[in-house]
Amino acid sequence: MKALVAVKRVVDYNVKVRVKSDGTGVDIANVKMSMNPFDEIAVEEATRLKEKGVLSEVVAVSCGVTQCQETLRTAMAIGADRGILVETAEELQPLAVAKLLKALVDKEKPELIILGKQAIDDDCNQTGQMLAALLDLPQATFASKVEVADGFALVTREVDGGLETVKLKLPAVVTTDLRLNEPRYVTLPNIMKAKKKPLETVKPADLGVDVAPRIKTLKVSEPPKRGAGVKVPDVATLVNKLKNEAKVI
Amino acid sequence: MTALVIAEHDNHAIKGATLNTVAAAAKCGGDVHVLVAGSGAAEAAKQAAQIAGVAKVLHADAAHLGEGLAENIAAQVLAMAAEYTHILFPSTASGKNVAPRVAAKLDVAQISDITKVESADTFERPIYAGNAMATVQSADKVKVITVRTTGFDAAAATGGSAGVVSVAAAADAGTSSFVGREVTKSDRPELTAAKIIVSGGRALGSSEKFTELLTPLADKLGAALGASRAAVDAGYAPNDWQVGQTGKIVAPQLYVACGISGAIQHLAGMKDSKVIVAINKDPEAPIFSVADYGLEADIFTAVPELVKSL
Repeated sequence: MKALVAVKRVVDYNVKVRVKSDGTGVDIANVKMSMNPFDEIAVEEATRLKEKGVLSEVVAVSCGVTQCQETLRTAMAIGADRGILVETAEELQPLAVAKLLKALVDKEKPELIILGKQAIDDDCNQTGQMLAALLDLPQATFASKVEVADGFALVTREVDGGLETVKLKLPAVVTTDLRLNEPRYVTLPNIMKAKKKPLETVKPADLGVDVAPRIKTLKVSEPPKRGAGVKVPDVATLVNKLKNEAKVI
Repeated sequence: MTALVIAEHDNHAIKGATLNTVAAAAKCGGDVHVLVAGSGAAEAAKQAAQIAGVAKVLHADAAHLGEGLAENIAAQVLAMAAEYTHILFPSTASGKNVAPRVAAKLDVAQISDITKVESADTFERPIYAGNAMATVQSADKVKVITVRTTGFDAAAATGGSAGVVSVAAAADAGTSSFVGREVTKSDRPELTAAKIIVSGGRALGSSEKFTELLTPLADKLGAALGASRAAVDAGYAPNDWQVGQTGKIVAPQLYVACGISGAIQHLAGMKDSKVIVAINKDPEAPIFSVADYGLEADIFTAVPELVKSL
């Protein structure tokens, strides 16, 4: 059984981004980029399923600029068998990525497709669901546990108020939540081995997908700043201020 | 121009997030209709009709709509999508699960987590964990939107007098089924709806300490309990207490952060709170940069003292 895992190259989660002064976007020139943390969890889960003998092959896919190759190499160092880069310099929105992934799923015919629940740059939380819809496949979003057996996936999902378990007929789309697993550290020998794994490059046009953005960003601004707070010396002052100044208790 | 709001409910009662979504829908201009898709959800539909500003309630009832499976709910929404210019979901676990599915089927982009409606086609939404606000414009014929509930005041739950219309249920997709649910039991106010939240971080040290130290304070204040990701990952608190970019987004009147350093991820979930209090012994903790009142002290002495003085 084959799995396809989608990975995105994003600004590293430790970086505090700055809004450009002209309001056209955030400044990501010369900023450290990494694999989206939720996608690392997705690759890890696919690798674990392969180690358990459930999967026979794991294909990592990334869409975007040439440098996404590095992200794919990281996925291969974790355990993916090969990579596919859909290369384009265009700004890709979730619907376009879902269409590109659909084209690849149609070609590769994986039985399990794993994505992160959201990317930490656009915070959209859409691509997995959109892909499932385009393929007419069932979905399990925000997964914290995945079991695959007998043509079905049993997935525990994190929902408001607790956990929920659903059973999906394969093929299916799963998106990962934080607590699904703890991704392994990639070791140097595995990084070296990953360099030898095959990486194929295609263009959106080869897949027959129009990736033009549907949503126009008019401006990007700084979020409203909070007024400077005060440090209080002791609990009594704090209670007094909350009661008489802020009037919240 | 008519907007359709997909109600969040548990088949008996409408959930609070629906009210904020109705308020956002009203700002898009035109009538607001509400879809209540469920199983035996007549009571919820009746409640939806009471919401101020709602012109019509559509009620679809079938066994396979009962557990909110994305495949079936999306099919139900799509069956009636043709009449609407805006389709809005609350940005909750269930709304986020279904909305993109609807958008992709309609071949339109989806706009996530809006915090402001500028006009019928222009919206504001946070990106990069709330470190930037993007104003976006959609050229699509239908706008499929999820609404960040803390960005909009709730519509009044009563005062409306909409008619309830029964609609035919869409067919069961049959590719997924509901197995079970594990609900975290809590007699406290719901985190996203609470007026006051007491939240704890890694500094609590253990699940016992977390409960022992924070419960009395939450009880005194009538507050909900929250936690940072570090506290949740360490097993001090259940998953659905997590406040942050990847957990719940809250904006209470008062947020008390105890032993939380204030990572970007956490701030993204609570920095719209009206008043933020931080208790932390590290004077350099980033939480102090957003706190209205900061107390530099050991939580293990300060919190009990705070409980006593309330």
